[in-house]
Amino acid sequence: MIDTLLEPFAEFAFMRRALVGSLAISMTAPPIGVFLVLRRMSLMGDAMGHAILPGAAIGYLLAGLSLFAMSLGGFAAGLAVAVAAGLVARSQIIREDASLAGFYLLALALGVFMVSVHGTNVDLLHVLFGSVLAVDDTALLLVASIATVSLITLAVIYRPLVLECFDPHFLRSVSRWSSPTHLIFLVLVVLNLVAGFQALGTLMAVGIMLLPAVSSRFWVNSAGGMIMLAVAVAFISSVAGLLVSYHYSVPTGPTVILACGVFYLFSMLAGVRGGALWGLIPRRHLEA
Amino acid sequence: MKTLSPAISFENLTLGYDRHPAVHHISGDVHQGALLAIVGSNGAGKSTLLKAMVGELRPLSGRINFHGHGKREIAYLPQVVDIDRSFPISVFDCVAMGLWHEIGASGGLDLGCIERVAAALDAVHLTELAGRAVGALSGGQFQRVLFARLLLQDAKIILLDEPFRAVDARTITDLIGLIERWHAEGRTIVAVLHDIDVVRRYFPETLLLARKVLAWGRTPDVLTPVNLELSRRFHEGYDEQAAVCEHDEARETA
Repeated sequence: MIDTLLEPFAEFAFMRRALVGSLAISMTAPPIGVFLVLRRMSLMGDAMGHAILPGAAIGYLLAGLSLFAMSLGGFAAGLAVAVAAGLVARSQIIREDASLAGFYLLALALGVFMVSVHGTNVDLLHVLFGSVLAVDDTALLLVASIATVSLITLAVIYRPLVLECFDPHFLRSVSRWSSPTHLIFLVLVVLNLVAGFQALGTLMAVGIMLLPAVSSRFWVNSAGGMIMLAVAVAFISSVAGLLVSYHYSVPTGPTVILACGVFYLFSMLAGVRGGALWGLIPRRHLEA
Repeated sequence: MKTLSPAISFENLTLGYDRHPAVHHISGDVHQGALLAIVGSNGAGKSTLLKAMVGELRPLSGRINFHGHGKREIAYLPQVVDIDRSFPISVFDCVAMGLWHEIGASGGLDLGCIERVAAALDAVHLTELAGRAVGALSGGQFQRVLFARLLLQDAKIILLDEPFRAVDARTITDLIGLIERWHAEGRTIVAVLHDIDVVRRYFPETLLLARKVLAWGRTPDVLTPVNLELSRRFHEGYDEQAAVCEHDEARETA
């Protein structure tokens, strides 16, 4: 039993690197996801995640399989979608969710188009679904740097960010933090998506950000608690995903996200705050 | 009363969104220590005026003079509908944000701060609910939370946007008690209100708004049947094809 759990990591350097990479992502993406969920911006995260694909593809076409170029392209494209969404939100003709859906369909189509015209199918799969098992030292360094920067930044803007979600008008009445906080947060979202796509691929990077965050809302009633639980869920899902994919030779990225999905479904059913099953059990009401 | 120095002055102020004005050419002073109600029908520009006073909305033309009062001397109570009450934050944490000007974005709460938050909660009778999430509170309880936060802000100018919306009579009485306490302490209070009876009973001065000033002065002089009828007949004058305003001083618009 212990062997099944430890042997892959003890034996293979690529598994150890994959483990470190996905744990680093698990530490930084879920806290960002918690605020995406609390700000009702989940769909926004989704759209930005999809925008990474054509961006990374442009980087790939210009510079080949260069980590730096693809990350930079992805980063630029993610920010572009954030800015475009912000502009569209001002025109009140189309609802924000509709415009975001539009953006991400467009981005996905453009990305797949570009990669398939100029690359091979293997490249496409690599960018779409990542290749956590092929994470090299450079990628690891990038992911770890992003994790460090975003955790420190999140700690600095934590209080204004909570207020920006909860009571933005109050925040604007007491300080000038409001707009900078929003912008910094958007940058953090894109950075984390870029970090995630190295390992999990552009389609799956949003998963590790959002699924643990959504699951945690079913268990705890504070932003801090949600962050801790979401990180824990992402940690466990990463390890479980890596092991399952190793032993059964299935793709790693989707397996990690499916593990997160199991937590999500379980939380939806059994979560102590609004889980579906609790409504089915007849319990007598309390005195007060 | 007229000899008192002004706390806030509107200088030919025009406010609006996308060049369409919501409030036209307002001029006048709110004197120091005033207890002023802003009244008017829906769309009359009441909240817009308050937002401009908080600094959230840039005037289309004209300006607001605060006579040296900075951001930390102005406290603002937003409309409850603009607050996300499903956010998982405790009553204590929410009230403690009233200390923003002391603790800022990253300062901690020392023992003295914690005691002051507790005292503010006590003043609005919410001590037992300190650990609750704000989402679990009733409308009246939540409004008390926001008033406790205002207490901690300890501001010279207090701006309230519909403070009694969806609040029961007993809570209104309690909150009015706090407002009268602030008034007695010489703070300047401006409140957007709907309930004419509350205004008549507790607010000595009223500004009746219908996208421009209909009347402004002592409440009994302002809330006359004639003025109220004028206010009722006003309806939102938003016009897609509106021409450029030719009012004399409006030309300075950038």
